[in-house]
Formats: sequence, structure tokens, C-alpha cells
Amino acid sequence: MTFGRARIEARFAKLRAEGRSAFVTYVMSGDPDLQTSAKILAGLPGAGADIIELGMAFTDPMADGPSIQAAGLRALKAGITLRKTLELAAEFRRQDTETPIILMGYYNPIHSFGVDAFLKAAAEAGIDGLIMVDLPPEEDEELCLPTLAAGLGFIRLATPTTDDGRLPAVLANTSGFVYYVSYAGITGAGSADADTVGAAVARIRGQTDLPIVVGFGIRTPEQAREIAAVADGAVVGTAFTDAVRDSLDGAGKATDTTVAAVLDLTRELAAGVAAASRKAVGGAQP
Amino acid sequence: MSKLNSYRTGPDGAGRFGIHGGRFAAETLMPLILDLERAYRTAQADPSFQQELDYYLEHYAGRPSPLYFAQRLTEHFGGAKIYFKRDELNHTGSHKINNCLGQILLAKRMGKTRIIAETGAGQHGVASATVAALFDLPCTVYMGEVDVERQQPNVFRMKLLGAEVIPVSSGSRTLKDALNEAMRDWVTNVHDTFYIIGTVAGPHPYPELVRDFQSVIGNEARAQLMAAEGRLPDTLVACIGGGSNAMGLFHPFLDDDGINIIGVEAAGDGIETGRHAASITGGRPGVLHGNRTYLLQDDDGQITEAHSISAGLDYPGIGPEHAWLHDMGRVSYVSATDAEALEAFQLCSKLEGIIPALEPAHALAHVAKIAPGLPKDHLIVMNMCGRGDKDIFTVAEMLGVEI
Repeated sequence: MTFGRARIEARFAKLRAEGRSAFVTYVMSGDPDLQTSAKILAGLPGAGADIIELGMAFTDPMADGPSIQAAGLRALKAGITLRKTLELAAEFRRQDTETPIILMGYYNPIHSFGVDAFLKAAAEAGIDGLIMVDLPPEEDEELCLPTLAAGLGFIRLATPTTDDGRLPAVLANTSGFVYYVSYAGITGAGSADADTVGAAVARIRGQTDLPIVVGFGIRTPEQAREIAAVADGAVVGTAFTDAVRDSLDGAGKATDTTVAAVLDLTRELAAGVAAASRKAVGGAQP
Repeated sequence: MSKLNSYRTGPDGAGRFGIHGGRFAAETLMPLILDLERAYRTAQADPSFQQELDYYLEHYAGRPSPLYFAQRLTEHFGGAKIYFKRDELNHTGSHKINNCLGQILLAKRMGKTRIIAETGAGQHGVASATVAALFDLPCTVYMGEVDVERQQPNVFRMKLLGAEVIPVSSGSRTLKDALNEAMRDWVTNVHDTFYIIGTVAGPHPYPELVRDFQSVIGNEARAQLMAAEGRLPDTLVACIGGGSNAMGLFHPFLDDDGINIIGVEAAGDGIETGRHAASITGGRPGVLHGNRTYLLQDDDGQITEAHSISAGLDYPGIGPEHAWLHDMGRVSYVSATDAEALEAFQLCSKLEGIIPALEPAHALAHVAKIAPGLPKDHLIVMNMCGRGDKDIFTVAEMLGVEI
């Protein structure tokens, strides 16, 4: 059975065969509560998500804007922990064995859990990869190398400040795909410019065969279409945490519309990605 | 624990002090962090950098700060001989200016045109705003809403100096959250912005360079005590939030056998209440704000809120070199409560005519515990790292006085 890095690779192989880019949804684990979060997760693939990034709540998310900060705090208030996030993933995995789940967040909760114990539990839960905002290549021995040894993907962030001299170091131990951050800044604060992003993707493409997925600054179907045309995938995050927030009642609790709000948005954005005419197709051929 | 030949050689090439330190930073910042390290190495090798820094330390900040024999407190406690390193007499009222002068000279060398800083008590914010005014660079200071409220005089000082003060409303609305917000600004404006970190924390090389800029405190104290007493101290005491004043005092003495070195954390309402800011006494290793160190955190690795009467100590972490010195057993880390600090604050004001900041009042609270039991020829040097003008409103409130 495929898991981990292999599941991510299988997903990109399927997308290539279909001639389209990946639509990657970032949702905060446990937001606004565990039960609603489980329903959102279960519905995402049917609504068009090709890959799920599952945000790990952290009290001090230094690279996130107000919307994702608030989503993390809602989840923490509702009782999310790293262990419960793994349980949510395991529950999802019982229904869906093909959609990759990537945990995205900050290192400390994993550090606290213990790296070896975490990697074992994550693999068992059906987690396929990690994106760690505060683990640059300089700290690869902390988590990146053990993650690769465990068969999971470690997806590195490349940014507009990652110049050609540094890019090889960033790509060296990256697996699954490369996550290109479209602008220098925090989540939800800027807008991805398709021309600039296209040039950056081309630059990275010159140094890796991995798929290149772009995130930060994509929130509308039109933006998703433009970015999907120049990259192997488009990530949307803040628009989802906004959708959750806007669906809550006065006390900040989930309502009947919460799950639908997220899944409707997923369908709209997935249609945007599907409408992209691919200008570039990356990734090693199977 | 085996004894090292030297405790002064850290960090290693990866920015580590034992398991602590490192570069746990977002990729967007990494190229700049590496640039900063290169710029610092170049500056270290260039005598004109130190000359320029020395010039400003002497003529602008007013260094050297005196080493003062606190005779009345010594008599009051009836034991060890107590000296204060008077860093509260520096321009801007604390030790923070030492580091800010060093960092702004680096910022100029790197061609950066905008300064950002975080602040807790406001002392680092004021020092940053001061050097930014002096070198004609725009400056933005992030400060938790709680701290803005309790440190109004410093907020106004920063504004007078031309800085923009941005109150931070996220999280516990104190120093930790101000740091988060400063990091967010930095990641957004990394092309032109220099982040003056105020303490011996953050991604490498910050803990090292802030320590180096603050070591002027210990280097002076060493020479001054030699002149006054003809020998080195027996005990050093300093308060610790992030730990820059303490690191500055301690570092030049780390390899001197027999000197008892004590860092005093803020115990808030008491360690046992859980409402404190003592990361070594009450925390465990974790990763936050670019480094691994002792952190206050829950079982899930979520950072918990620190509590202290002193805004400058109200931080759930500690500089990584302190964390390592604790692991090695070279420095003892103890704590003092809000109530003990408040008592020391009043005692020092009445007996010495020195109103200390609430931060060094914690150090003095520990001196009050140990001095009476020590012999009269025992020499204690305590870092009086800040003055208390900024704290009078907090203290008045605690004492139930309306001003």
C-alpha cells in the first residue's frame, strides 16, 4: 500500500495523466471544533481538493496573518492537540487512501511530542508529509532527515528571497513537492502575481524535477486559475479560515453553514484550477 | 558534569550552545540572517567598527557606567559587600543602549534603511528609537497592549523620539506577542529592514552579537572591581527575562573559577501558582522565536503565558546561552516573586536613593536573601540594569497609592 512520499508522488502522477495542476487546500485542524473539522476534511476530496494541508495550531504562528492566527486559537480553544490532529487524519484515512495529507505548522509541538514518537504516530495516522515553517535547511538534522528516513515527504518552502546561490541547499532534501511562497510576507497579506510567480517557478524548475506548488496570496478562482497555469499546483489557505470565521455564530461556534461554506468555496476554487491551461508541466515522468 | 576548559567559546558554527540556540527561522528570513552573520564577522575583523562603537558608548551613552559600593544596603543586610554596576545611569536609562548602538552600526553597514524592534518594558523600544533618531532611520516598535498600558511613559518617549509604536493585541499581549509581530513585519519588509532584537535570543547570530555588545558591562565591572578591591568578585547577580543584561555581566567572568554566578528569573505570584515567568525553573526545552531554549509550555508544546509585575521579564523563554549555562551547571538560576521585587524596589529607593527598575529589583531581592548570610569580605556585584522611573505607576498601583 502506498503511503507517505509515495502517496504524494502517485497523486502528482495522476494529475499529470489528467493534464491538470493540483488544487491544495489548507484548513486548520480542529477549527472551529473537532467534529466540524472532521466533516470538512471528509468532504474536501469530493469538492475538488487534490491535496490537503492540515494546519497544526500553534500559539505563536510567526509567519501567519490574523486569519490563520485566529483559526489556530479557535482550534486550541476547542481542544485541539497534535495527538488529536493525528486522530483526525487517521479518521479521514479510513475513508480515503489516495488524497495526500500534509501537516503544516511550526516545530515546537512536534519537538514536544518527540520526533521519533511523532514520526511513528504520523505514519500510522496516514500523514504523508510535513511543511515546517521554522525549519530551514540549516536545521535539517532536527526533523527533515528523520522524516525522509521514515518514508514521509518533507516539503520545503522556497521564497522570493531564496536566490540561485541558496536554492540548491533548499532543494537538497526536499521531497514530495516544492512549496513556492509567492511573496515575502505573512499569510493572507498579499496577492500572488502570476507573471512574477511564473518566472520564479521557471527558475526553480531549472534545478529540480519535483512538482512546484505555489501558495500565499491566492484566494479567488481567477487567481487559482492564473497560478495553476504557471505551476504544478495552487494552495489556498486564508480564504478557508475566513470562510470558517464568517460562518460562525455570535459565540464563535460552528453553524449548519460552516461545512458547506468551506466545501462550496473548495468547489469554486477547484473549478478555477481546472480551468487553467497549463503552460508548463513539471515533475519527473513516471 | 565534567568541567569545560572554557565556557566562553560558544556558539558553534551552527549557532548552538549545547542543544540550545540554532536558526529556527522562516526561509524568507534565512538569506538575511546569513548576511547578518557575514556582516558581523566583517565588522568584528574591522578595528574601525569597534572604534566607532566605543566612541558612541563613551560620548553618547555615557560609558563607562560607575561601579558603586552600596554602603547602606551592605550595612542593612549586615553581610557581604554589595556593589552595583550602574547601567541604569546610561543614556535612555538602561543597559539596552549598549546593544542598540552596536546593532544600528551593523544596520548602517548593511545598507538597511528601516529599523524595527520589539519591547516589553519599553526600555529596548526607547533605546532603539533613540539610536534610530540619532542615525536618522525610521523606526517601528512593537509592544504588547498590556505593556503599552503599564509603561505609558516609555510609549510617549518613543513617540517623542519619532518612532511609531504599534500596540500588539494578539495572544497574551505582552513581550512574546510583540516579538511575533516584529517577526511578521520583518518577513514582510526583509529587503530594507533591520530588526534590532533586544535580548540574547532569536536566530543565530543574534544571541552571540547581543551578548558581545552587552559584554562591555562585565568587562568594565571586572576592571572597576580590580581597581576598587584589588580582586575579582565572589558573586555576580543579575535579573533575567531574555537575559541580555545578565549575559553582558556574566560572560567575561565565566572562566574565572570560584565566582558564583546567579541569574534571577521572575517568579510572579510564585512558581507554585503557575503564574510566573521563570522559564528555567518552570519550563523545558522547546523551539520559539528562532532558537531552542527553555520555554514555558504545556504538554502539547503550546507556549503558555508568562506572568510578572515586570514587563521586561514577562517572557516565556530565556536566551539559549543561559539555557546551556544552566545545563552545564556553570550559572545558578533562581527566582524572585513580584512581592519580593516590590520590597527590594522600596528598600533600594529609601536606603540608597536609587529607584531601581522592577527588573533589577528582582536581582536585588535575591541579593537580600543571600547577603546577610555571607561574610563581610564577600564581594557581590549586582547589575543595576535599569532605572525605575518607568515603573512608578505600576508600583503605585501595587501599593494602593493614587498618583
